[in-house]
Amino acid sequence: MHKVLKNQPLAEKIFRMEVEAPLIPPNYRPGQFIIIMADSRSERIPLTIVETKGNAVILIYQVVGRSTEKLSSLKAGDPVYGIVGPLGHASEIKKFGKVVCIGGGVGTAVIYPEIRALKDAGNHITSIIGSRSGDLLILKKEIAGISDELFLTTDDGSQGEKGLVTMPLEKILIKEKTDLVIAIGPVIMMKAVSGLTKRYSVKTIVSLNPIMVDGTGMCGACRVIVDNQTKFACVDGPEFDAHLVDFDNLLLRSRQYQKQEKEAHPCRKIN
Amino acid sequence: MPENKLKKIPVREQPPQERIKNFSEVCLGYNEDEAIAESKRCIQCGLCIKGCPVGIDIPKFIREIREKNYDGSIKTLKSFNSLPAVCGRVCPQEEQCQLPCPLGKKGDAIQIGKLERFSADQERSPGRNNVPDIIKNNIKTAVIGSGPAGLTCAGELARMGYSVTLFESLHKLGGVLRYGIPEFRLPDAILDFEIDYIKNLGTEIMTNVLVGKTITVEQLFRQGYKAIFIGTGAGLPSFLNAAGENLNNIFSANEFLTRSNLMQAYGSSRISDTPIIAEEPVAVIGGGNVAMDSARTARRLGAGEVNLVYRRTEKEMPAREEEIEHAREEGVRLVPLTLPVGFIGDSQGKVREMKCIRMQLSEPDSSGRASVIPVPDSDFTMPVRTVIVAIGQRPNPLLVRSLAGLKLGKHGTIETDENMMSSVPGIFAGGDIVTGAATVILAMGMAKKAALGMDRYIRSLSS
Repeated sequence: MHKVLKNQPLAEKIFRMEVEAPLIPPNYRPGQFIIIMADSRSERIPLTIVETKGNAVILIYQVVGRSTEKLSSLKAGDPVYGIVGPLGHASEIKKFGKVVCIGGGVGTAVIYPEIRALKDAGNHITSIIGSRSGDLLILKKEIAGISDELFLTTDDGSQGEKGLVTMPLEKILIKEKTDLVIAIGPVIMMKAVSGLTKRYSVKTIVSLNPIMVDGTGMCGACRVIVDNQTKFACVDGPEFDAHLVDFDNLLLRSRQYQKQEKEAHPCRKIN
Repeated sequence: MPENKLKKIPVREQPPQERIKNFSEVCLGYNEDEAIAESKRCIQCGLCIKGCPVGIDIPKFIREIREKNYDGSIKTLKSFNSLPAVCGRVCPQEEQCQLPCPLGKKGDAIQIGKLERFSADQERSPGRNNVPDIIKNNIKTAVIGSGPAGLTCAGELARMGYSVTLFESLHKLGGVLRYGIPEFRLPDAILDFEIDYIKNLGTEIMTNVLVGKTITVEQLFRQGYKAIFIGTGAGLPSFLNAAGENLNNIFSANEFLTRSNLMQAYGSSRISDTPIIAEEPVAVIGGGNVAMDSARTARRLGAGEVNLVYRRTEKEMPAREEEIEHAREEGVRLVPLTLPVGFIGDSQGKVREMKCIRMQLSEPDSSGRASVIPVPDSDFTMPVRTVIVAIGQRPNPLLVRSLAGLKLGKHGTIETDENMMSSVPGIFAGGDIVTGAATVILAMGMAKKAALGMDRYIRSLSS
């Protein structure tokens, strides 16, 4: 029913998939996600929609476990067992003024549709993309094309500035008034960004991707603590005010199944 | 009446020490001789019918078993109830149809549920298929949610001749029957058979569609659906709101059971990619059927020590007696009059201890159940490595929130009239989304009523 149209590597362990899902595009808005199952035994994996194209959705994902590995092995023409969405709330898109958009690792794919929508809404966009090394920087060209400014950072200095996304961010925060920061990437990165912007009192939005099962508010696996209250990322999010998020709890919860995952897939990498 | 007529024919079960090593069905059901013997005890008074939320002609189907007219018996059942193999397994008959049975006054009530199950299982033997002839009217109706209410409503509408589309947000049909009730109480194969019946009636199936998000109710009306039934259940898990509840290894029963049942994590990792944790000691919090299902699943996943913590006493537990008994036989320890108030984790953020206080029974509350009050200075801690919270579910607000003008009850339930129609013309509802968490058969009873209401409503449109 859901046919894979394209499935190609973008970087090491990062893939871009186009998959037919005719019911999803009409009601989709940036920031929303889908849940996909490669086959009947797969986990239900939440992935943010990068964009829609005709009756297909485009997804960018990182191979981190057995189910994402299965996804990566699908060829054009293969069926996907299941895909449901669009899920979660859409991002708030309006004219904020000066917006800094930060993508870390595969989170860059998640922030890309938001950058586009914010740009279309008349915002001044400064984008910062970070990754471990230059060959893992994805969507560089696309994001450069829609940003007023672009900064790149890598852990190893192989491209852009050597270091973390918080380095160019802090320079921007010192230099000029920023109306909004959006950060999407590894929990540890979002935590660092949030800590920094809190010091400068700049409103910051993060998109959270905790472990989910159904993605419709039924199981509570994705519960996160926001403003000392339990929220379900799937139905209350996925985006939240970063300054209210308990990142330490989120970090621990994202490692909940580390032991099982290591057994199932020895090269599992947890962010 | 002779003494032996007052005694029920016992049903065979897997012995506890064996069944905790597998997920196969605990109850093995009656064989033909046993079913006939049990059916012969029935005095055909018909008092039981009043106790059945869907009003099955129980004496008739029992008489047909006695006459070995199994085709007749299943036809009788299915003319009232599209899911008899499910109901025969999970209905609380002891509180419904079996309660008014006169034999129960001096001895054992007729085992109506076990007979229903026998009859339904006869149909599953090859060569039997009871799909009635249907005259289609090509009028489009939509059913949202494929749990007991949705399946029933779809079945009823299809039999009336309507074109029915059944929407389900998960990848498999069945709702709580699939994700909630474990294999050892309701095997997937049985559920699949019942669902096949609904499919064979011509129902169009749309899995992986979350109405309200993928497609809106408004869009459905625009696509020509004349009436819509909402049977989205009570899927939102309640938590205790106790300190430390978001530590690792603390799960809602919904999550734990969904991983095990829907995602098949109960099999080995060769079967499913979805992991599940049941590290002992396990504490299950709650006293309903969901709590029993969770505790018994944990035992089967290898947890030696499983404690079922409940704030009232065993007498007040909402679970079926049979489930409590099965849990106990399987080594689940009941810890009554205990209220968890907080959780303490280790350095990895994994729960290690559960802080509790002792409770004592007090005056009955508005529901008539004894209320509980804390025993002063009774706090203590219980070592735990896994906690499963099974203290109830509320209606999932996702779809309901997307509908303007829908009148809601105070817990987010949908308010309906006597035909199960909501405040929005053409939108009907039934099951837990109307009552809050209740039973499978009550949901089915409402769904049946809703189907009749939808039929009347649609007829009124054209007249």
